[in-house]
Amino acid sequence: MNGVHDMGGQHGMGPVEYEKDEPVFHAPWEGRVYALTRAMRAWRKWNLDTDRHGIEILPPADYLRMSYYERWFVRLVAQVVQYGLVSKEEMESGRPDPASPKATPAFTLATSSRWFTRGIPSSDEPTVRPLFKVGQRVRAKNINPSGHTRLPRYARGRTGVIVRDHGVYTFPDTNAHFQGEKRQHVYSVRFAARELWGADASSRDSVYLDLWDDYIERT
Amino acid sequence: MGGTRRGFLKAAMTTAGAAATGVIHAQGPVRDLGHEHQAAPSDFALRVKSLESLLVDKGLVDRAALDALIDTMEHKVGPRNGGRVVARAWIDPGYKKRLLENAPVAIAELGYTSGQGEHMVVVENGPKVHNLVVCTLCSCYPWPVLGLPPVWYKSAPYRSRAVIDPRGILREFGMSLSNDVEIRVWDSTAELRYLVLPERPPGTDAMTEEQLASLVTRDAMIGVAKVTVPPVGGTP
Repeated sequence: MNGVHDMGGQHGMGPVEYEKDEPVFHAPWEGRVYALTRAMRAWRKWNLDTDRHGIEILPPADYLRMSYYERWFVRLVAQVVQYGLVSKEEMESGRPDPASPKATPAFTLATSSRWFTRGIPSSDEPTVRPLFKVGQRVRAKNINPSGHTRLPRYARGRTGVIVRDHGVYTFPDTNAHFQGEKRQHVYSVRFAARELWGADASSRDSVYLDLWDDYIERT
Repeated sequence: MGGTRRGFLKAAMTTAGAAATGVIHAQGPVRDLGHEHQAAPSDFALRVKSLESLLVDKGLVDRAALDALIDTMEHKVGPRNGGRVVARAWIDPGYKKRLLENAPVAIAELGYTSGQGEHMVVVENGPKVHNLVVCTLCSCYPWPVLGLPPVWYKSAPYRSRAVIDPRGILREFGMSLSNDVEIRVWDSTAELRYLVLPERPPGTDAMTEEQLASLVTRDAMIGVAKVTVPPVGGTP
């Protein structure tokens, strides 16, 4: 979706605000939100791409106003209700429905090592053939899906060169919406800064994006 | 108190409802724009507490496991891990070769194998090449070697300008690169996670691997700083 989250190339966001000796979490509640989000993902009612999309659909003004973990909190509240882990009534009362059986947590200390190490599946999948090859010039497609996508606006329609084949990955545009993993190759594509930003950009500089087969086409 | 919990979660629901529909104006806490790292109002902490209590009461989460997740991020992963990877690459050419060719395997050699680092790429700085890492779409970052990202990395100013004006961003970080240095910006749009291998600073030939690792900063491994040697007897 062409959301406010797709920030590459936007102006007016102000200077970088650097905090010296920044703590991992700025308040205990941030750590709780982080941990709750990770623990609830273990229920496998949604995936990493759904998670990312859950932030993108925040209204733009809220997205910009909220802190990072506030966004996570709002997403988690929405998800647990939307995917049926908590009823709307329970969320409103703050109490479990006495009629609903108590669950056993999906993420526990006993299972945590598995969750810490198991994440993105292997990209080594010889049966999935690449549609492009290293050295090839490709154009990022001009697509504007209203759902989740990882093709930033600033690259659409621009031409670059494939510098590396990263192997096979799940396609976020479908996976985020439970429409299949659509496993395909992802490539590192080098775009000259001038191709992206015009003649005022440095002739030496470049931006590398990791793009799926479905994001690119032959020039 | 039940009444309190009810009130706080109801407020959260309103915001969540706004998120889901995009129609209702959210009722999130009021905050100053541009101060994303400041503490949220205390009622926000209570809302989080209410949600956690509800999820615990329903048996959906285990408090001890939550504590372990937080402990891991606060104490077990972080830029110290990345610093050790960089120092090893500086002193061991064979390791450096493996790191640049197959980063996840080389990083796992040092015992760093947790999530969000399954598919790592290490990019090397040199006298004429400077690498800079960003995630313009969200906050992708190599957790096993750097931990969780700092607020500025996740914030609009950095995400918007790193790709269009990397030299301007670097100037804000106090780095002025000459025009003959090529800048490569890595936008983490997929599941690949990037770590910059900074240049080893001069005058460090006599240092041990451990001393070298202690010089390597998070910022240098993102690409917004160079590794420097603090002056002898410098400020504590």
